[in-house]
Amino acid sequence: MKSGKKVAMLVIMLFILSIAAGCGGGSQETGGNAGDKADTINVGINVELSGGVASYGTNARDGAVLAIEEINKAGGVLDKQLKGIERDCKSIADEAMSVSAALIGENIVAQIGPLTSGDVAGSTPVMMENKVPLIAPAATAANVTVDDKTGKTRDYIFRVCFIDPFQGTLMAQFATDNLQAKNAVIYCDNSSDYGKGLAEYFEKTFTENGGVILAKEGFVKDDRDFRAALTKIKGLNPDFIYVPGYYQEVAPLIKQARELGITVPMGGCDGWDSPDMVSVAGNEALNNTYFTNHYSSQDKDPKVVKFVEAFKAKYNKEPDAFAALGYDSVQIMVQALKDAGEADPVKLTEALAKIKDFEGITGKMSIDEQHNPVKAGVVIEFKDGKQVMNTRIQP
Amino acid sequence: MQKVKNKWIKIGSEVLILASLFTLVQYLITAGLLNQYYQINLTSMCINVILAVSLSLINGFTGQLSLGHAGFMAVGAYVSVIITNMLDLPFIVGILVACLAAGLAGFIIGVPTLRLKGDYLAIATLAFGEIIRVTLQNIDYVNGPAGIMGITKLTTWPWLFGGTVLTVLVIVNLVNSSYGRAIVSIREDEIASELMGINTTKYKVLAFVIGAMFAGLGGAFYAHYFYIIKPETFNFLKSFDILVMVVLGGLGSTTGAIIAAVFITALTAALQSFPAIRMILYALILVIVMIYRPQGLMGNKELSIKIFGRIWSGRNEPDGNK
Repeated sequence: MKSGKKVAMLVIMLFILSIAAGCGGGSQETGGNAGDKADTINVGINVELSGGVASYGTNARDGAVLAIEEINKAGGVLDKQLKGIERDCKSIADEAMSVSAALIGENIVAQIGPLTSGDVAGSTPVMMENKVPLIAPAATAANVTVDDKTGKTRDYIFRVCFIDPFQGTLMAQFATDNLQAKNAVIYCDNSSDYGKGLAEYFEKTFTENGGVILAKEGFVKDDRDFRAALTKIKGLNPDFIYVPGYYQEVAPLIKQARELGITVPMGGCDGWDSPDMVSVAGNEALNNTYFTNHYSSQDKDPKVVKFVEAFKAKYNKEPDAFAALGYDSVQIMVQALKDAGEADPVKLTEALAKIKDFEGITGKMSIDEQHNPVKAGVVIEFKDGKQVMNTRIQP
Repeated sequence: MQKVKNKWIKIGSEVLILASLFTLVQYLITAGLLNQYYQINLTSMCINVILAVSLSLINGFTGQLSLGHAGFMAVGAYVSVIITNMLDLPFIVGILVACLAAGLAGFIIGVPTLRLKGDYLAIATLAFGEIIRVTLQNIDYVNGPAGIMGITKLTTWPWLFGGTVLTVLVIVNLVNSSYGRAIVSIREDEIASELMGINTTKYKVLAFVIGAMFAGLGGAFYAHYFYIIKPETFNFLKSFDILVMVVLGGLGSTTGAIIAAVFITALTAALQSFPAIRMILYALILVIVMIYRPQGLMGNKELSIKIFGRIWSGRNEPDGNK
């Protein structure tokens, strides 16, 4: 009984200590001097380091930290060193909110992250209330930066990735310019907003470029037999078939299309990006198919090559899209800081909204009035079962 | 006569303590002395207390291992948001309907599953919690997996405080009533209590429904503070989080559940600063507590003002601290 009591007391002590530690904050820091507030510009890194999407968060964090180190090595920004303050939001929206509030207590000038749209949403009210900008590396839902009820842009929320449907625009551009397609058929996943949104953007850009949409067909999630629609499409003899959807349906769809003798190029979106594509559809069938994505580490652009090398040297792994977007989030913030001329969150926000032609790893970008970047994407081609970067598309 | 007088003094002092706690926090908030970070964690604490205390009624007092608490929380959260944000009705209506809906869900799930015992019941409740989540993922009206974003912030300190106190009051009084003794007898020995003429199914369902109702209240508060709800928030890991609080606090102790809920919320917040080793530390602390206090922080004892009085006067080894 007696020892039990001591342990109980110990636990209570620990509890009090933990609360005390909570406000003190012994955080992970990158660069800069901890005590020197005046000489550093604090940047909050609020990402998912544990929980469901920990791999996204970790990679984005690595990219952001690399960017901060490079900038500090080059003499910092506005004669000050950047200090990255990392916090884990556990892939939970309420944690993201609490972390943001803690970071604001550390006088951050901007927050990088979180990665998923849901976690960014959790963080949003705190950022808005305190007038500190949030730069989301990879949140693709449209309503992250725009309030769907009022249609107003959320003043302090930005992102550096394009929203999903924008890939439709990129693919339409690619079909016209690179594949010389005059007409196309859209065969899209009608059961998701993702598929429908992409199809809509594709149609808009493709017709604007002078192309003709011959027909629009649809499939739904978990469909396995696409022969009826494909036979009809074969009869139309299009130059190009656009198939926005997820790999679960797209892989068998492509296989069946090739079996029916449809040889024209087919295009898709980042929902195709899975090893299962090759294992289900087969190397042969996938030849002459293309999909859009945010970034490719195979890009031969000198900036990308330099980034990939630096990333590999530091972390001994290949940087994925999240790492590149994390890196770009920091870089675009630095550009805005330079434009603003002082490390003030509100001035930084104004500068961020005005960013034009910023050269990032994931492409040249300009922030539009809805705080979405108008930016380049890459087209990746399947060649004998391997993903090969084809080109970079600038809208 | 003396006893009655003592009782009133006890109630009076409790009301006084609660009222001063409420006023103190309210003052700190309005005076701007309690920054946003602390307010958010205070909110989390209150919500977790509501959830832990309501689950402790099911797991701790009735002895029925339920792993579906997050499911009831989800029902409360979604129903309240539909009422306040989509139908534009006042928050109080949202809360009440959320509680009723969660209670109804508890009833529907409880009636068939509470015939099961132990592991089987745990699996059945786990499954029902997941069914609720997956169902929500497939309802377009509530945006499926993307969830509802931009929920108006209506959960304020008075609501939270009132809700938490109400939860604790109802559950403590229930446990101390004749219903409560029937409920505890089921935990101690279900067959014996059935032989004594207790309708065990009725009491189990009763405890389950009341627990679910307060989980719904917690869900409603959660939704109206954290801006976004999505089905993934209410997965089985959330249920386990709540279960951990109940077990850590001690099965069969309301104060234990409260202390553990506050402790775990504070611990999670404190460990935010150590992202790399956060989950390791969290797990380690839980393991250490469970090794040294296998019965939980409080065992099945309750913490009351009396014990504080004893500790104050220097008698640190009271016999039978009840």
